[in-house]
Amino acid sequence: MKLNGSQILMETLIEQGVDTIFGYPGGAVLNIYDALYDYSDRIKHILTAHEQGAAHAADGYARSTGRPGVVLATSGPGATNLVTGIATAYMDSIPMIALTGNVSTNLLGKDSFQEIYITGITMPITKHNYVVRDVEDLADTIREAFRIATSGRPGPVLIDLPKDITAAICEHEAASPVNVTDEMEAIPAEDLQTIADVLNESQRPVILFGGGVVASGASAELAQLIRKMDCPSCHTVMATGVMPADDPYNLGLIGMHGTVSSSVAVHRADVLLAIGSRFSDRVATNASKFARNQKIIHIDIDAAEINKNVPIDHSYVGDVKAVLKTMLPLIEKKSRSDWNHEISVIRERGEYRSINCEGELKPNQIIQDIYRIMGPDIAMTTDVGQHQMWAAQYSQATDPRRFLTSGGLGTMGFGYGAAIGAAMARPGETIVHITGDGSFHMNLQELCTAVSHQLPIITIIFNNMVLGMVYQWQRIFYNNRFSFTEPNRQTDFVKLAEAFGAHGRRCRTPEEFQDAITEAKRLQGPVVIELVMRADERVLPMIPAGLTIDEVILD
Amino acid sequence: MQQYILAVLVRNNAGVLARVASLFGRRGYNIDSLTVSETNNPGISYITLTVTGDEAILDQITKQAVKLEEVFEVRHINEANALGHELLLIKMEIDPATRTALREITDIYNAKIVDLAPTTMIIELTGSTSKINAFLNIMKGFSIVEMCRTGVTAMEKESSK
Repeated sequence: MKLNGSQILMETLIEQGVDTIFGYPGGAVLNIYDALYDYSDRIKHILTAHEQGAAHAADGYARSTGRPGVVLATSGPGATNLVTGIATAYMDSIPMIALTGNVSTNLLGKDSFQEIYITGITMPITKHNYVVRDVEDLADTIREAFRIATSGRPGPVLIDLPKDITAAICEHEAASPVNVTDEMEAIPAEDLQTIADVLNESQRPVILFGGGVVASGASAELAQLIRKMDCPSCHTVMATGVMPADDPYNLGLIGMHGTVSSSVAVHRADVLLAIGSRFSDRVATNASKFARNQKIIHIDIDAAEINKNVPIDHSYVGDVKAVLKTMLPLIEKKSRSDWNHEISVIRERGEYRSINCEGELKPNQIIQDIYRIMGPDIAMTTDVGQHQMWAAQYSQATDPRRFLTSGGLGTMGFGYGAAIGAAMARPGETIVHITGDGSFHMNLQELCTAVSHQLPIITIIFNNMVLGMVYQWQRIFYNNRFSFTEPNRQTDFVKLAEAFGAHGRRCRTPEEFQDAITEAKRLQGPVVIELVMRADERVLPMIPAGLTIDEVILD
Repeated sequence: MQQYILAVLVRNNAGVLARVASLFGRRGYNIDSLTVSETNNPGISYITLTVTGDEAILDQITKQAVKLEEVFEVRHINEANALGHELLLIKMEIDPATRTALREITDIYNAKIVDLAPTTMIIELTGSTSKINAFLNIMKGFSIVEMCRTGVTAMEKESSK
């Protein structure tokens, strides 16, 4: 069958299981958009206001489904606008296919209109990238890109498509997608015997789990392991929702804004088992002191993570789910009641507890009210800053694919695009987007996208009139020198929402908020709820960067 | 800190050198020297890199580089069992007195005079980095016009395995 490059792109995307893409048209992708016109019954295209929003939407779609998100942008500024979105996905190991148009091959390298060397720009933020210079290579390049994006440690892959390639005609043969999980080799039990022995002999083990558990879909195996070992566990921001927050074995977040008990448990443990996490500086706030007296076992799919940030005693490189499945029978079922009792005493006596004030909007209460009123099955997305940490700390998510946050890159402006992606991935479900007045201002134009498609996205703005997280650091570490964190913006978020065609509410008390969120639940379209909050509220506990739990700030 | 020689086998594609160099730059590993060449397999290029670091850095570099899609293999070359050679070209200013002296030194080092002009000569030397450094040390006593060296290209020896 003779097809042009754009039709081959459509056919190959469909072959790879893609039914939704996010993008923005332009000169270099006119041929592709012309093909999309014919394929609109099979490929849903969501037009965003800005390419960054499209990239975050593709990311949010991928986080929601576990399948690669696809974003399409034109050459030049279209391509550069994707960069933050691609970097966000790269840092959190999210599978993504970024398609960029470029000028025709005869114009490449001549500083042509809207030409940019996007493969050069994205080299350090993609697993791999391609320029397709021959239409004969197009289909196989796309197939290869999907394989790379989804295999091993997932991540984004970019394909740059010169305009003449999208018009050139060649013979196309359909193929079926390679199933990456089928290629996974079985792990011999003896490979894991040493690790199992160390865990079986351990009196005081602690498990630290991260985003690798989500990527590999290993929540159930992890829960079995934790129960069999009768051992406390804690997690990174990326693994929020892997284990219910109220599970007695779950001490919650670890790290800079983690719980006291999780840090103390790691400190007092004899063995730390880290699964699918990478000891980032937000987890191991002081890498040279983190679990220094503990034996550390590290299980991860990426060999380069072993010994990267902290020295590891025993490691195994492999898919977390496959490793846990093989390891579970080797683990002795044990009761470690003394150890658990010790931890429960810390939780009762030493844990940070937020104080509620009558009549005042408090972060923990807001998050609780959202889950209480909306039910546990919402998907929550966040931007970055104080609200993000509060959302993570008080999250009641029971599925990690329902808590979407930019953990590694910390991208302000991530949340609205991600919410659009989540809404497309979860038709009929409500998406709650938690943001701050700083983050929301970064990509609020995507409200128009939610209105166009009547997406049930409820945005909740924690408006404290300051850039809260930086403001908090300036307060603690810079002697209250609030340099450019009090922007004195006069944005009326209710009018803003209405101007975009969305529904807006402003709340000053918990009662007003409960009423607003109840109403928002009823409304089918996009809603913006502004919460008027205090500027001096801090995210606690806080372990300052470079320090340890010994220096935790609790009040 | 120690110097390590790495042999990196890569797909012979446009941009592959940029990928390897970008990775080293991003991770903060300084490349002391780098050579690239084709191999007997036209699809594969051979990069020889020398980097300074410790065992932990060597381990990280190797594992990060292997993750690149177009990198087939990263081998740490143990200098005791390998030939690590580089090429030096050096242009010297000469007069009748220094010309004779330079010729003698060139002979001692098994170097070659590859170009002779009335006031300059170009000397070529191949050998280990330490041999080239020693030769350069002596040349510093004369008047150097310009010089360049290729950096190490290395291969493991079968004879000493």
